[in-house]
Amino acid sequence: MTTMQVLFLIFAAIILGSAFMVVTTKKMIHAAFWLIVVLFAIAALYAMLNAGFMAMVQIVVYVGAIAILFIFAVMLTRKELLDRGPALNANKSIAALLSLLSFGGLYMLLRNWSGFSNMAPALPEGDMVAKLGEALVTPDAYLLPFEIASVLLLAALIGAVYVANEARSE
Amino acid sequence: MEFWNDPITTMFNSLLESFTSGSMSVATATVLIYALGILLFVTFAMVLDIFLVWIERKVVARFQDRLGPNRIGPFGIFQPFADIVKLLIKEDITPIGADVVLFNLAPIFSMMSVLLLWAILPFAPNMVGVDLNVAMLYLVAAGSIGTLSVIMAGWASNNKYATMGAFRTVAQMVSYEIPMVAAILVITVLAGSMGTVGIVEAQEEWWQVFFLSAPLTFLIFLISAIAELGRSPFDLNEAESEIVAGFHTEYTGMKFGLFYAGELLHSFTFGGFIALLFFGGHRFFGLENLGPIVGALIFIGKALFFYWVIMWVKYTVPRIRIDHMLAFNWKFLTPLSFILLMVTALVGRLLLDSAWLVPALFLSNVFIGWMTVLYLKSHERKTREAEEAKSVPVAQH
Repeated sequence: MTTMQVLFLIFAAIILGSAFMVVTTKKMIHAAFWLIVVLFAIAALYAMLNAGFMAMVQIVVYVGAIAILFIFAVMLTRKELLDRGPALNANKSIAALLSLLSFGGLYMLLRNWSGFSNMAPALPEGDMVAKLGEALVTPDAYLLPFEIASVLLLAALIGAVYVANEARSE
Repeated sequence: MEFWNDPITTMFNSLLESFTSGSMSVATATVLIYALGILLFVTFAMVLDIFLVWIERKVVARFQDRLGPNRIGPFGIFQPFADIVKLLIKEDITPIGADVVLFNLAPIFSMMSVLLLWAILPFAPNMVGVDLNVAMLYLVAAGSIGTLSVIMAGWASNNKYATMGAFRTVAQMVSYEIPMVAAILVITVLAGSMGTVGIVEAQEEWWQVFFLSAPLTFLIFLISAIAELGRSPFDLNEAESEIVAGFHTEYTGMKFGLFYAGELLHSFTFGGFIALLFFGGHRFFGLENLGPIVGALIFIGKALFFYWVIMWVKYTVPRIRIDHMLAFNWKFLTPLSFILLMVTALVGRLLLDSAWLVPALFLSNVFIGWMTVLYLKSHERKTREAEEAKSVPVAQH
């Protein structure tokens, strides 16, 4: 095994273990912090794939904004921060069946996939961030999705301002 | 002479030679030398941090017309060591009901968010931890780890003052991240690179320093850096009469010391970032050509100067109320920084590679500053007139 494979296995184990902790821990805040561990490990995977920009954006957006928002929401909305009820409910057998089926389906699909043994193509020379920036504003590449995402975010922003503006919403 | 021209590479090569003279493979030796380098670098930062405590106390004493520490060693320079001994022998209290793991992790994360930044500080050519091509995003990402440590400390302390303080500090840090990112974007547009080395290289001559191309951006970056550091006038976490000491109310001994030392080192680091983003990093009118070590010393001198500017602001400006502070950010700094970004991008594109680029950018900054002052004046007059119109009928009754 190469060093990269060992590192991948370590980060994959961290992701799976922390994700398991997110859904099983009793304390809501702990679930949020375990989620942050998951997000950091995913950023590490991006960094291993030579996608430094994605890794940094992952940390800035998910850890710096979304996870902090989660923690705020949990702290502000719940008086009791402990989950007291049972973790499983009556639908557990159906849920187990569904997850087994989807796992089996994915396994069947991926069993014959050739991508596992292929080597990743060599990266082109030059500054990857500059290439990414050019791709985002080139009409042949990703200009349209980029602009549509921008309009969507702008709409969300205007909506937030409208909701927050008391004088208007009365 | 070789050492003088490129100290890091020379040391790396000689260490590699002596490591591999046995049976060690080159890969293992490289990893070991990198680990050793990181250890030395972090130790250098921490030792510098000890003396920053002394500098901070001396400077604040001068601002307040006192002498400051002057008993231990010449000019009291060994005072921090006495402080460290005191912090170490204090009782280490964990409050009842505290979340022990998160409570102990928070100071470590706080220190980590600062030390991570040292990886991208370019002291001189070839004297940089790593030349990331996304260094400016890395700066923001490391800041979000600092935010995380604050909320961790506030929640894990099981103290309502700590939680309230954490809320305030996080609200402040998250809001002031936006003008800071916009200011960094202005620099990225001007330099055409997000890497620290690229940004320093773009400021080759003295008239190319980005302070001249973007003076208003410098002010916005300075203000949002001070807010990010949580220093006065933005030190709401230390509003004693309201929330005791904010998120670190419950911390004692060296755990409190880590928060405090982290803040000082953070201030120095941001001094370094101001130097590299706006004042050409290690350059000082050709003096840096003597060698990288001189360049590194110049860089540290510049960083110390801007650290002094941050202290100057801290000890002369009173604290701002939380609602004023957030309104100042959202209604003034954020729009202004976005206007600056748009104007810089437009002017920079129109006059690309032209000799008039720097004067045009400077003049557009002056124009924007002038317009802002005019707008603020008229806005202030309007609010005052509206208030007077409202208060007149009350006075007649």
